[in-house]
Amino acid sequence: MSFNIEQLRREFPLLGQEVNGKPLVYFDNAATTQKPKAVVERLMEYYYKENSNIHRGAHYLSQQATEAYENARETTRLYLNAAFSHEIIFSRGTTEAINLVASSFSKKFVNPGDEILISAMEHHSNIVPWQMACQERGAILKVIPMNERGELLMEEYEKLLSNNTRIVAVTHVSNALGTINPIEEIIALAHQKGIPVLIDGAQAVPHMKVDVQALDCDFYCFSGHKLYGPMGVGVLYGKEEWLQQMPPYQGGGEMIKEVRFSGTTYNELPFKFEAGTPNVGDVLGLEAALRFVSYLRHDEISAYENQLMQYGMEQLQTLENIRFIGTAEKKTSVISFIFNDIHPYDTGIILDKLGIAVRTGHHCAQPTMDFFEVPGTVRVSFAVYNTRQEIDILVEGLKKVRTLFG
Amino acid sequence: MNIKEKEQEIISEFEMFDDWMDKYNYIIETGKSVPVIDSQYKQDQFLIKGCQSQVWLQASMEDGRVVFKADSDALITRGIVGLLIRVLSNQPPQDIVDADLAFIDAIGLKEHLSPTRSNGLVNMIKQMKLYALAFKAKQQGT
Repeated sequence: MSFNIEQLRREFPLLGQEVNGKPLVYFDNAATTQKPKAVVERLMEYYYKENSNIHRGAHYLSQQATEAYENARETTRLYLNAAFSHEIIFSRGTTEAINLVASSFSKKFVNPGDEILISAMEHHSNIVPWQMACQERGAILKVIPMNERGELLMEEYEKLLSNNTRIVAVTHVSNALGTINPIEEIIALAHQKGIPVLIDGAQAVPHMKVDVQALDCDFYCFSGHKLYGPMGVGVLYGKEEWLQQMPPYQGGGEMIKEVRFSGTTYNELPFKFEAGTPNVGDVLGLEAALRFVSYLRHDEISAYENQLMQYGMEQLQTLENIRFIGTAEKKTSVISFIFNDIHPYDTGIILDKLGIAVRTGHHCAQPTMDFFEVPGTVRVSFAVYNTRQEIDILVEGLKKVRTLFG
Repeated sequence: MNIKEKEQEIISEFEMFDDWMDKYNYIIETGKSVPVIDSQYKQDQFLIKGCQSQVWLQASMEDGRVVFKADSDALITRGIVGLLIRVLSNQPPQDIVDADLAFIDAIGLKEHLSPTRSNGLVNMIKQMKLYALAFKAKQQGT
């Protein structure tokens, strides 16, 4: 490990606090990660020194802000290894990115009787936009099933790919189960039939290197705030050929070329999809987060997080009566479980009293919970700043939970 | 005992606890003694849905007083449900409508009644008062 964990934790001032009189143990990273000083300082710098509305401004500050914003687009392009920077669209987050594609792509390419294919382990934000698109276009939503380990059934997927399938939308990593899906294979199989693929990368980008050209995905979405960046900013990567053909998602300033009451012509990529004043400050904060992660190096992050995950599984398995939900062979950074048949909410409340932040409930993936026939789970999710000692504290906490509810 | 007296009784009981573990232990035990709703009432009609835990609530009128029965899938929620029933059940409808339930704050459980907790408790109190209002209207009607 090339980074010093104590030094790294000092970059995240929030982690140093106490909750309910106990040192905070933050295991809710799949919901949102904490922010390093580099990100917070970048936001401050922008608002203290650089704030200005971008594009079309003749004055100095506007020029500076425009340049910084477009540089951030280039940094993001490099981060994802996209072919062109105009394939990078800034959004409010993964949810808005998926909604953009579901809406614009479907308007152009989805017709009555067509099919849209998602998977059984999607987050609500990769289900509902497609349901809405299907409703609007008279299309049919099909679902790739999974097995009891939480792995997609690839033979079933192949069978579901039909001549009527217009797009496949699948998560890279499941937020509730931690499963890493074989998206390379999913993309290749769809492409054999000329079907484009959207990948929900919200849970993947914080934990692994993503190269959109190597993956050959048609769309890839992620949120800044799960990647140590600010809330309210995300990225849609889309292949130029698709983005060119899709109609704009929202109308307003920035996305137009010419507006007359008789009609409007739209701006070129990427501006066509960025109506209104963009979230410049948070885009710059996101850029700082991408730099931070690149500085730590993805292979180092993955290696460290995998060790944590392995240690976490080993330690949790020493407890009796723990049922893991999601036991896929390939997993990352999420351990979801039910302990001693205790309601996840009860477990979460007691852990909170001990200063341990976990997420309980259905994790915005109700169909996944229904599949496993549980009301919800306790979800522990790791980030690069978590430690083995924190896992030990969690295990001790769970023993207290058992004493109370035993 | 009226509602205020029952609230005071619970506040005194909670004053004995030194730490949060004892307090939660008591809440969990209270949950076990809740007058459990008959399974026939455990239907959607009586369900108060929360994001995190769910509550079933049933009410009836007996000798001019509202009697509540309830259940929850989570034990801590059920314990707090138990405290609410201890205070509000077997009381005249108007008293239930007027109750401010200040004891919740006094025993340090206010956090559980925040709407963001989404455990069904806020809606349960609302529902208890609605039942009381309905019974009162019925009483006056006859």
